[in-house]
Amino acid sequence: MNVTIVDYQSGNISSVINSFTEVARDKVNLKVTSDISKIKSSDKIVLPGQGSFKSCVDSLNRISGLADTLKDFAITNKKPLLGICVGLQMFADIGYEEAETKGLGWISGKVSKIDNQKGKFKLPHIGWNEIEIQKESKIFKDIKNKSHMYFVHSFEFIPEDPSVISATTDYSSKIVCAVERDNLFGTQFHPEKSDKIGLKVIDNFLKL
Amino acid sequence: MLKNRIIPCLDVKNGRVVKGINFVELKDAGDPVEQAKIYSDGGADEICFLDITASNENRETIIDIVRKTAKECFVPLTVGGGVRTIQNITDLLLAGADKVSINTAAVKDVSFVKEASKKFGSQCIVVAIDAKKVSDNKWEVFTHGGRNKTGIDAVEFAKQVETNGAGEILLTSMDRDGTKSGYDVELLKVITDKTNIPVIASGGVGTLDHLYDGIVKGGASAVLAASIFHYGEHKIKDAKEYLNSKNVSVRL
Repeated sequence: MNVTIVDYQSGNISSVINSFTEVARDKVNLKVTSDISKIKSSDKIVLPGQGSFKSCVDSLNRISGLADTLKDFAITNKKPLLGICVGLQMFADIGYEEAETKGLGWISGKVSKIDNQKGKFKLPHIGWNEIEIQKESKIFKDIKNKSHMYFVHSFEFIPEDPSVISATTDYSSKIVCAVERDNLFGTQFHPEKSDKIGLKVIDNFLKL
Repeated sequence: MLKNRIIPCLDVKNGRVVKGINFVELKDAGDPVEQAKIYSDGGADEICFLDITASNENRETIIDIVRKTAKECFVPLTVGGGVRTIQNITDLLLAGADKVSINTAAVKDVSFVKEASKKFGSQCIVVAIDAKKVSDNKWEVFTHGGRNKTGIDAVEFAKQVETNGAGEILLTSMDRDGTKSGYDVELLKVITDKTNIPVIASGGVGTLDHLYDGIVKGGASAVLAASIFHYGEHKIKDAKEYLNSKNVSVRL
């Protein structure tokens, strides 16, 4: 199986590479690239993302044909794709970090700043929080409800259709922390930094 | 609910873990990669490496140790000490650090924090503030392991780094560091009240009660400690169970 971690200069992806390498061992052929032809021939794609919504979308659009290739892969052909953090947020139509920015538009919705209730909740939302699983999910197989995952973000994805939500977490309100539709997966938390339980999420994705 | 984090800190010099009493009289006590792995397996919420002599001796940070650690520990890894340039940050992140902690460079020019957070995102920029009490309710920022006085008010500086895009503040009391007499709770309280980003308490932990004080009385989002974990006085698990028994929520 060929799995590609998309390297589109979206910030630090070392941890994503390290954790996928750890889980994949020799079972999976793991590539880290932005090469369109290699992405097309992959079986699965991981779309990481760090920094702001705008900086990630801009970086992605700077690579000619990348957005279309990813859309063909995940939406048209419904092959498995996992977006992590801003990688997930980019599924939205629009984001408001830095400046109003058009997203990939794969799942209708927007990405807005977490309402911190006038400073009552510190931002970024950094640390370990419990996930509340909202529907049966292929990547949460054998993962208990209320497991701890590691978060670091100030913006949240608000999808129009709540049926895509696979998990939420409680921080000032119920924040969407995982989405799933067909073979399109996204986590707001960082499975690559969430200890053994996070590696299990990665393992589930690789076993799809 | 967001859990309070417990962060063991490994002060590193010449590739070995050391911890000093008020930053002098360093003792050698262990291999950092192995230590980090023990902590991570033991339930540490994050791992922190501080290359404590980096600012002073102008040494490169511990890229190789970070690289080895990042391949074995799958919890967040913060690295500080001698982080002065965008290139330093790039090197550490590429080696596998998740966050970098900036100290002297932020004091010299706070716009460096802005530049770094703009380039890498606030999520990976921690500003380490070393503060010393100078009079009642007044703390000053120090650099170079507490040797250099800056004349900068710690509270004002904390607000400033927040405005410039720091994702977290690692606040060390230079009066308490290495003394085992507990965090400077007053200092913590004033900084956690005056800022809206998470603050990590550091400097002075001698007992598990001190961790409790840092979180409950000081308002810290995370507590950092070295010696009590490092010399095996307490395990991370003991600390978590203790806090949990006192109704402080932690990741068990």
